[in-house]
Amino acid sequence: MNSLFRLPEASTHAVTVDHIFYLLLVLSGATVVLVFGLILLFAVRYRRGSAAKRGPMPEILSREFEIGWTVATLLTFAFLFWWASSADLSSLAAPTGALEIHVVAKQWMWKTQHSNGAREINALHVPLEKPVHLLMSSQDVIHSFFVPAFRVKKDVLPGRDTDLWFQASKTGTFPLLCAEYCGTNHSVMQGKIVVMRQDDYAKWLVQQPEGDDLAHEGAKLFVSQGCSGCHAGSSNVHAPRLAGLYGRAVQLADGRTVSANDAYIRDSILQPKRDVVAGFEPIMPSFKGLLDDGEIQSLTAYIRSLREEQQND
Amino acid sequence: MTDALLAGELPLPPRPDYLRHGSTISSWLATTDHKRIAILYAITITFFFFLGGAAITAVRLELFQPNGWLLTSDTYNKLFSFHGIIMVWFFLVPSIPNTFGNFLLPLMIGAPDVAFPRLNLFSWYLTVAAGAFTVYALVAGGVDTGWTFYTPYSSMFSNTHVFAAAAGVFVVGFASIATGVNFIATTHMLRAPGMTWFRLPLFVWAIYATSLIMVLATPVLAISLLLVIAERVLGLPIFDPARGGDPILFQHLFWFYSHPAVYIMVLPAMGVVSEIIPCFARRRIFGYDFMVYAMLAIAGVGFFVWGHHMFVSGQSALASLVFSFLSFIIAVPSAIKVFNWTASLYRGQISFESPMLYALGFVGLFTTGGLSGLFLASIPVDIHVTDTYFVVAHFHYIMVGGSVSAFFAGLHFWWPKVTGKLYPESWAKFAAILMYAGFNMTFLPQFFAGYLGMPRRYHTYPAEFQIYNVMSSAGAAVLAIAYLLPLGYLTWSLFYGGNAAKNPWGATGLEWTTGSPPPPKNFDRQPRVDRGPYDYHAEGMSAGTDPPEMQNARETR
Amino acid sequence: MSDESALLREPWSNFGRQREAGKFGIWVFLASETLFFGALMLTYTVCRVEHPEAFAVAGRETNIWYGTINTAVLLTSSLTMAIAAQAAEESAPLRRLVLACLMLTAMLGLAFIVIKGFEYKEDIDKQLVPGAGFALSQPGAQLFYGFYWLVTGVHAIHLSIGIALVSRLFWVLLRRQLPAKDNPEIEVTALYWHLVDIVWIFLYPLIYLPGRAS
Repeated sequence: MNSLFRLPEASTHAVTVDHIFYLLLVLSGATVVLVFGLILLFAVRYRRGSAAKRGPMPEILSREFEIGWTVATLLTFAFLFWWASSADLSSLAAPTGALEIHVVAKQWMWKTQHSNGAREINALHVPLEKPVHLLMSSQDVIHSFFVPAFRVKKDVLPGRDTDLWFQASKTGTFPLLCAEYCGTNHSVMQGKIVVMRQDDYAKWLVQQPEGDDLAHEGAKLFVSQGCSGCHAGSSNVHAPRLAGLYGRAVQLADGRTVSANDAYIRDSILQPKRDVVAGFEPIMPSFKGLLDDGEIQSLTAYIRSLREEQQND
Repeated sequence: MTDALLAGELPLPPRPDYLRHGSTISSWLATTDHKRIAILYAITITFFFFLGGAAITAVRLELFQPNGWLLTSDTYNKLFSFHGIIMVWFFLVPSIPNTFGNFLLPLMIGAPDVAFPRLNLFSWYLTVAAGAFTVYALVAGGVDTGWTFYTPYSSMFSNTHVFAAAAGVFVVGFASIATGVNFIATTHMLRAPGMTWFRLPLFVWAIYATSLIMVLATPVLAISLLLVIAERVLGLPIFDPARGGDPILFQHLFWFYSHPAVYIMVLPAMGVVSEIIPCFARRRIFGYDFMVYAMLAIAGVGFFVWGHHMFVSGQSALASLVFSFLSFIIAVPSAIKVFNWTASLYRGQISFESPMLYALGFVGLFTTGGLSGLFLASIPVDIHVTDTYFVVAHFHYIMVGGSVSAFFAGLHFWWPKVTGKLYPESWAKFAAILMYAGFNMTFLPQFFAGYLGMPRRYHTYPAEFQIYNVMSSAGAAVLAIAYLLPLGYLTWSLFYGGNAAKNPWGATGLEWTTGSPPPPKNFDRQPRVDRGPYDYHAEGMSAGTDPPEMQNARETR
Repeated sequence: MSDESALLREPWSNFGRQREAGKFGIWVFLASETLFFGALMLTYTVCRVEHPEAFAVAGRETNIWYGTINTAVLLTSSLTMAIAAQAAEESAPLRRLVLACLMLTAMLGLAFIVIKGFEYKEDIDKQLVPGAGFALSQPGAQLFYGFYWLVTGVHAIHLSIGIALVSRLFWVLLRRQLPAKDNPEIEVTALYWHLVDIVWIFLYPLIYLPGRAS
């Protein structure tokens, strides 16, 4: 956790960043002392009516002197640019063999998925001392993935992937914050990065439900939770068929027409009596308390995939 | 010389100055006198300053506690957005150029008015109309995109009055362009005989450089907002990735203007300070030529650094490196100016009237803010601190610690010239010192909070940042008092202050050779210029000498 | 000689200087307009580089006849405007020529707007307005037409302002409220008009020629 004045250096990168920061801090401090000091010195020494020597400026302060200190400043700043940039060039590309993790940001939560299908909401477990490469995209607006303890940040964009990588160097739990204003709940779009020793991470990973992607997991849930009992094509129960449903307009019993999007599917699972489809009885049971957010996402992904299947027919 | 002595010792004979020449409403609202237009602008920007200040007062109150205790998140988001939009476009951008620039540019070059007086009035009307639109957006429920209007949030997702706010900013941009055209033409075409380019006061150079940026950068802002409006209102898919658009394009267009815009906001401030320091140190500015080149360099190079706002946006590493390099380069001219202001104190005869206190405060706070810019120019550090309070502290040090301090410096320096009245100097000194202290109390903690990881635009925040927020909010209360004090004593001086002589500070510059306040046509006879600016003679005098003009700078009760 | 005293305006004491300042001012304004339209064209360029085929397909849907006729109309209007400006500076009195050319300029400008109106109507009928019912399926095509409507709309607004300025000038000169000879407003208006024309010359290939050049 953060203390009052120090932020943990929990990644290999953090040390580099802090070094550059401290160098700049020392330089800035020296400049401030110089400038403020000279101003104060002159203000006292040359205050009106004081006895200090006046007269014309010393000859050394000539045009050549001005050119000289301009060039000196230019070279100093050019050097600072070079030093700061070259210290960090290694961070440009993720090393080969890095652990790949997919991150999806949406208003106002983080969804992470490990390569074996393990998914987390607003959390990310990672192994210690192994490079981790995040591939990120947004489902709506621009967000930004920010882990202060690692000194990493990258915007997460809709319609395009961005990436960042880090190698955690300390175990522990570190805050994950959204750093690009994204609407009402921007300030609560937070999560935690949990760094575990590599063997602990391996154990943790094995315990997560597997599935190579959300839709496959959804297909398994569709059977195991009993949805197929009513909604499969072979069922005798009069229930809406789900093939090609996603994205279509749905006529409801009360006369409204809605679009079969993520929200609609979620409501149908958790509050089935709310938006009953025209021509059907309100006999679907609610799955509130039986399915969590992640499982609902998987089911939604599965139902989404049924649309594509129908298009392929 | 004799004139000045006489003017100081005897009451000025009554004659119509620009304030008393016509007192009907229409003589003000249909004026083409640049001095009256400056007053109209001054009233307008003061109104917007306090409006933007009210918004941020609510924000800083809310931030006393880490969890929302006064406001909903939506209201909070609307308040910081409103603060940014109003302060940037309706206060900072017009502040020094349209008040002091308008008033002083013709006077300083020896002209009777600006090149296009009717266009000048039109600029003011555009500003007022645009401001009305933007205030309407607030009253109708607010806008919550931040002053940066990032897409696709602003173009597709926000449910607030984006169109009204963006339209208001679009229109005020044209006021800015018109002002820029006017000032550039004025500087080229209306200088008095003998007023060559390198005899111009640095304030004139500053306004000139600012006007170049206004004319060339503002149109790109107009386009970026037009595209957002087109997407929102007409459904055009410019920034919608699902229909082939690219939201990052907005950032490039927006920052192409908004980075030069920060130089629009700081160059005039540098000009003000360059007028005040020589006057109160009684010696000419050090390195006049380099001060000019530095301002032109800032204006020029400023167009090529916009990508330093986008290091984490997903832009290529090569682009980031180029922008980082140029951002370090552009720090050089600013550094030179700080050296030169400091060197201008050497062997001077320095006094500490309130304009000088504000000006020296500017140098200190601008130096701090500028140095924090070096941190932001270096990519690895910027990746960590961008979008945190570190950036908020950085730009407030320059915009508020810098430009607002300079605005108050100019306000006090030229108050006797503009109004013909003297303000109470002890109150002014107290306010200047209080402002400096309150400012540092407010914004220094924000550097820490930012580095430790507190993001900006956060309504609620992790509890470990509360100490910094409490310090910052307490400082803001002090700062608020420091801003209200001048409102009080300057207004007082209008009714009860002593009358000012032509040149109460003993300053050089053509504006000080005419009445306080000036006559409607500025000069009784067209001035002829035969020397450079800042012809103070402290260098040549022995220690302890008090130049005769300074005897006039006393308050009369 | 010209009626300088009627044209002299504050803060100028020298008419020649006033003229120069007017010309200088409009050139500075044109610089800002260049950035304005330049930013729009930059946006177009970025989008076209990202969606070359879609832009070609979309470009072929524009009506090149309307576009080419309009270009001829606008170029001719620039000619008449230039004649008006030149005539105002000649030593021989050419007031009627100035008035006639101003009138022609405004009418040609109006003709452009009218032809554009017909073109817009046809575009709407062909469902080339971005939105739900857009005719072409490629995402980039909506982007092309988004740009098309926006930039031709902005150009049309500029042209309308130009027509208003020219018409006002015509009216003021007709009623002899100001002299035509050496009137700086004519030169300033002419420069503005030429800008609107040049912008169109850049827009023509961007709008009408993609997908048609080869």
